[in-house]
Amino acid sequence: MTFEPADRVDSVPPSGIRRFFELAEEMDDIISLGVGEPDFSAPWAAREAAIASLERGQTSYTANRGKRELRERIADYEAATHGLQYDPDEEILVTAGASEGIDLAFRALLNPGDSVAIAQPCYVSYVPGATFAGIDVVDVPTRAEDEFKLTREVLESSGAAEADALVYCYPNNPTGATMTDEEMAAVAAFCREHDLLVFADEIYADLTYEHDHTSIATLPEMRERTVVFNGFSKAFAMTGFRLGYAMAPPAAIEAMNRIHQYSMLSAPTTAQHAAIEALDNCRDEVTDMAAQYDRRRKYVLTRFEEMGLDCFPAAGAFYAFPECPWDDASEFAESLLQEERVAVVPGTAFGAGGSGHLRVSYATGLGDLKEAMARIESFLD
Amino acid sequence: MSSRREILDLLRENARYTTEDIARLTDYSESEVAEIIEEFEEAGIIRGYQAVVDWNAVESDEERVRATVELNVTLDRETSYDDISDRIAKFPEVTSLRLVSGDYDFDLEVQGDSMREVSHFISDKIAPIPEITQTVTHYIMESYKEQGMEFDDHDDDDRLSVSP
Repeated sequence: MTFEPADRVDSVPPSGIRRFFELAEEMDDIISLGVGEPDFSAPWAAREAAIASLERGQTSYTANRGKRELRERIADYEAATHGLQYDPDEEILVTAGASEGIDLAFRALLNPGDSVAIAQPCYVSYVPGATFAGIDVVDVPTRAEDEFKLTREVLESSGAAEADALVYCYPNNPTGATMTDEEMAAVAAFCREHDLLVFADEIYADLTYEHDHTSIATLPEMRERTVVFNGFSKAFAMTGFRLGYAMAPPAAIEAMNRIHQYSMLSAPTTAQHAAIEALDNCRDEVTDMAAQYDRRRKYVLTRFEEMGLDCFPAAGAFYAFPECPWDDASEFAESLLQEERVAVVPGTAFGAGGSGHLRVSYATGLGDLKEAMARIESFLD
Repeated sequence: MSSRREILDLLRENARYTTEDIARLTDYSESEVAEIIEEFEEAGIIRGYQAVVDWNAVESDEERVRATVELNVTLDRETSYDDISDRIAKFPEVTSLRLVSGDYDFDLEVQGDSMREVSHFISDKIAPIPEITQTVTHYIMESYKEQGMEFDDHDDDDRLSVSP
């Protein structure tokens, strides 16, 4: 007997960003616009709280669902910022990053052979996560002409009506697209009509620049069929803390916790202490960081316009998703990296609907961003 | 929509941003940015533009010494804090002067070519001012942060070059 990957592992190809990661890692002095995490450090008060918790010896497991104090803070925060009402005892599960929550939802709420409709391009983990859970994937490729929003037409034409659940992330990674109230209401109506569960990844909810975020769970008759995922990685710049949460009706949280209690036991304790402090005292930092992302977003979009590169007006997260001027976006990204030492990620790495585009992250200091855009301009000339 | 205040924030962050840069970073056009900056300058809201220099990193034979000085004063009916500050602020050696609350009244920053020069300045020019009752001088040994900028060498970006 030798070690061989199990079939479900073998069936998932390596991540599309891996090749660029490896290429970029071989090079010195590159400016990377390929980074999917904030360039800010976590707010100092949150870091201090983590240090203090260690000094106090708070290093044990917590309750499986997460510290109650944290779940209460999350409930208050979500009510205040996104209009979501969840009971901290029964409807919130603290996870090791939003990614764990999504994985739990796939495994705990769907059966092998069920199918999920995944709005794409999307975060790289959704499709493999579904595959690992034995779930079939229905690609829902959003379109540049719709500004990468989910529309009824796209849902209908992709066959999403036949799926058991819809998975999406808005504000979106990799496109930076957001959904307005009306647009989200149309998606909600479709899900009600076709009896779809909804797995709504709202990790970038606090990073919107043109209009407020609308959570689908606030729309009529949607709360009972929706799991909302969020976390501290993006808005609070706490990626390395690995802390997220899922919010859903009790039956869903109970099922997800059943797996979580055996696989993770509980989310990292130190991170939970940091998160309590973040929610209590670091919201101003979130506002400041969002203001800086917004400036960079305007800068990047203006620069692309000046270069004659088509880019829809990305309004959330910290990504722009311009059209690639070459037929092959991977070739373009590789040449740009080799010749100008600027890393961007081809849209194909994020699945259906991403081809012909580039993901450009502006989670980078303005100085580097300015230099990177000048290099891209020079490369295009 | 951007606010005019945002232009001040940007210039505070980096005074070398061009009007073109600021226009790209805000909702204003380049001509609007130029106009607003001019208004700020004329109104005395923007008082000047300076580089933040880490003098310890400058290789030079010239010594540069800075000190912060705590000043206590006694006021009388004819003399106000403003009168005293007017007199002190005129000295070119004084780089900043602030009225503060707490154990002392003025917080003074002084710059000179040597500790001797700074000491002489305090004893010869500042201490003799009649209203000043006490001076306590603190020489600055090392700067770790100036005007919001940290002078550390460990700000390398250790994020993965490409990540999901």
